[in-house]
Amino acid sequence: MDNSDSRSILARREFLKATGAVVVGFSMADTAAAQVSSATPIRRGVVSGPPDEGEIDSYIAVHPDNTVTIFSGYVDLGQGGPTALRQIAAEELDLDFDQVLTVRADTFVSTNGFTAASRTAGIGGTQLRAAAAEARRVLLTMASERLRVPVQELTVAKGIVSVRTDPTRSISYGELLGDKEFNRRYEPVSYTGGIELPRTNPNNAPPKARTQYKIVGARIPRPEMYDKVTGKYVYVQHVRVPGMLHGRLVWPRGQGPYGVSPKVIAIDEQPIKDIPGVRVVRRHNFVGVAAEREWDAVRAAKQLKVTWAPVPTMLPGDGGLHDSYRAAKTKDSVVTNTGNADAVLKQAAHVVSSTYRGPYESHGTMAPNCAVADVTREGALVMCSDQGIYQIRPTLAKLLNLPLEKIRVQYYPGSNTYGSSCYRESAPAAAIMSQELGKPVRLQLSREDEFGWDNYGPAHLADIRAAVDTNGKILAFEYQAWSHAGPAGATVEHVALGTEPLVADTSTGVGLYQIRVSQNDMYDIPNRRLIDHRLSANGYLRIGPLRAPLDPPYFFAQEGMMDELAYAAKLDSYEFRRRNISHSRWLGVLKAATDAARWTPRVAASNISSGKIASGRGIALGTHHLPMNQGDRITYAAAVAEIEVNKETGAIAVKHVFGAMDCGLAINPGIVESQIVGMAIHGTSLALKEEVHFNQTNVSSLDWGTYQTLRFAEHPPVTPIVVQQIHEKSSGAGEEVLPAVVAAIGNAFFDATGVRLREFPLTPRRVQAALKAGTSSRSV
Amino acid sequence: MAREFQLRVNETMRTITSPPETPLLYVLTDELALQGPRFGCGLGQCGCCSVLADGVEIRSCITPAGKVVGKSITTLEGLPSYYSAKMKLAKTPELHPLQEALISEQAPQCGYCYNGQIIKGAELLFKNPQPSEAQIRSAMNGHLCRCGTYPRILSAIQRASRAIAEVIRG
Repeated sequence: MDNSDSRSILARREFLKATGAVVVGFSMADTAAAQVSSATPIRRGVVSGPPDEGEIDSYIAVHPDNTVTIFSGYVDLGQGGPTALRQIAAEELDLDFDQVLTVRADTFVSTNGFTAASRTAGIGGTQLRAAAAEARRVLLTMASERLRVPVQELTVAKGIVSVRTDPTRSISYGELLGDKEFNRRYEPVSYTGGIELPRTNPNNAPPKARTQYKIVGARIPRPEMYDKVTGKYVYVQHVRVPGMLHGRLVWPRGQGPYGVSPKVIAIDEQPIKDIPGVRVVRRHNFVGVAAEREWDAVRAAKQLKVTWAPVPTMLPGDGGLHDSYRAAKTKDSVVTNTGNADAVLKQAAHVVSSTYRGPYESHGTMAPNCAVADVTREGALVMCSDQGIYQIRPTLAKLLNLPLEKIRVQYYPGSNTYGSSCYRESAPAAAIMSQELGKPVRLQLSREDEFGWDNYGPAHLADIRAAVDTNGKILAFEYQAWSHAGPAGATVEHVALGTEPLVADTSTGVGLYQIRVSQNDMYDIPNRRLIDHRLSANGYLRIGPLRAPLDPPYFFAQEGMMDELAYAAKLDSYEFRRRNISHSRWLGVLKAATDAARWTPRVAASNISSGKIASGRGIALGTHHLPMNQGDRITYAAAVAEIEVNKETGAIAVKHVFGAMDCGLAINPGIVESQIVGMAIHGTSLALKEEVHFNQTNVSSLDWGTYQTLRFAEHPPVTPIVVQQIHEKSSGAGEEVLPAVVAAIGNAFFDATGVRLREFPLTPRRVQAALKAGTSSRSV
Repeated sequence: MAREFQLRVNETMRTITSPPETPLLYVLTDELALQGPRFGCGLGQCGCCSVLADGVEIRSCITPAGKVVGKSITTLEGLPSYYSAKMKLAKTPELHPLQEALISEQAPQCGYCYNGQIIKGAELLFKNPQPSEAQIRSAMNGHLCRCGTYPRILSAIQRASRAIAEVIRG
């Protein structure tokens, strides 16, 4: 422990060299990076990045002990992405996994990776693979000169280059380059709109043939597990720096309608007079409190009396949400229109029309977000859990009135986020308070802050009409979707600048929250029409990316409708999908999931129990594909859920989930299996429990009592199946099974009861109402 | 200045300067710099902050530090020693069998809730070294995990239970 440093020493230490002190959470790898930096013109750790992507040195450094550090900006959100990147580098460089190190993502150190939208393996991995292939070629050329043997006669194992015919003649990477630069430009892999651009240089180093992979595709255990089970793993919540104050935000309980920022009418400090040394920070409508003792800050935030301007009663309330969507003025666009869906739907013999609904959902991080900031006139150091260390800088620069290159952002892990939880609130808040108080500030959000000011997963309303022929072929499919636009800027940003959110139109987040053809085109449908009805964000809740944004409600609706069509055609649900899908990879995951579940063909709801407990099974497909992020990298997922419904209490117990996923080349199938298990549980939680509650003025589900999540006793066993495709591009592996699970549970409910519930979560109250009515209480 | 008091934490007497009404969590994290117990809700709802007090799992975020004076507090950091003493082992193992099992199962994702999962799972295994699946599900129900790792925690508790049975058999 090293708590004696003065602040200036801390700053110098931060900027130049780490000491390994646990309190600020440096790892050995940080130290290695800092040592590399001091000697090299790359000036890693000294100047602001991102470094030039056309330099091998920006990605990779070789150390004298024959280890290698990769400088990826991709961070570990708890899903194991960096382990996969280390495997890719180790494979390409012919090193053991343990010889490849990573460093803390840091805007003075790392390349510009943005750990979102399933980019880590697909984009980050591809870029790193290209850099590593170049690095290997440089190292082999050097070895060839030193050993006086042509490159073709050399072989590499564990970073030791030796002569094929005479293994006694060898030299290690560390001996060849140890802590010196590659100093070599190459053509990096770049992307436009999610699509990998062709590289033009004919002399680029070719990556290793995939058939020779030994480390990529292997189940390498995640190296941080030991630290995670012993309490040694450093989360941002653990970071303490000398001279630091504990800060808490003060804002209204639960967000109100978007478009109206909180406004302070008056602050009464009398109630906190007895708490020693508390400081109140105010900047426009930003209010925070800080104290040396954390408990004093907690108490002060609770007791400080702030009078807020009354909030207009603009929210529809959770009960009136979907009706308000339908009544609202919308901007309508045709996402796709092939054939003539309208004409076919008018004439076809079997037409099914249904309306489906999904709620707002919360990220529900286990740990409310936290950040530590040290802001001086010379610059700012911000330690936080943002998914994009470079992406948060412009906001900080604007709030602090500092140039970008004076802001150093370092990633420290938080808990689960799976998208934009409140890390864009905590880091700016810490920075503002540090600037105002002239001391480092650790800003910890409360549980209520995190639930109340989250960027929720989008709620959804869908009207679907579809026609099927007597052979079970889909003739026409029409999907009309309602959703609203996303927010512009964090709440803290607006209250601190005294600005109002500008968005009164329908444009923000169009890509993220708009239905897309790739959600539907796994089915061969001759007449297809997808229509998007877009509402303004104003008067609704803040939404943001939450694990497969929009896909849980979309697939709940689409896959529910596919089941309705199968039922109308008197076909087994799996057989119906087989008749309407020709794509081999979609058929592959369907087969994998149904094989694992020992699916036997029968029409849904053809075996309903008359007893108190009815069991059922459901099947569904899912994916998450946003062209602007994933380009041509599609992940194929299917799930089978087995459930039991207690017809008296309305309680649903999910008994087993089978999840199959084809994410192209799975870098680490063990990690992919972990993701499938996690998505199966998360999906069960969404299907049965999760729902943000709000009235006309504010969000009211502010703790784990009012925002329900799946509990330990309720969890199903999960069977994960990875469909490995070594010759395909790696695509996302952390989002795609989720929507399939939600939909499969919905379909299993119909199979168990013969009643279709078209709104989730499938709470006991909804189940009881639906069973009483004998049909969905909200069917059309 | 509030008066000082003494707390037994991981078998060491520590002098505490925080006021005794301070929740134990802040004493452990801010004053004693422990990383096991951690803030999750401050409401006793999630279990991230759990510690053992005389072997009983408590939520340190809602327990005033002054209330546990005279009790023996064990945090995640002290769990292997506590286990060793309880089992009368000749040598303290590096990890409690549940910690070992969680690594074998590659259970954690983000790992933030694991402090509580391990403390609660260890408490259960002390009380009932051979719990049934139903007993595990019931005992663990107050500990939330949002990465969805429950199935692997369950498997790990079962695996640890087998390991403890071997230790007991000798």
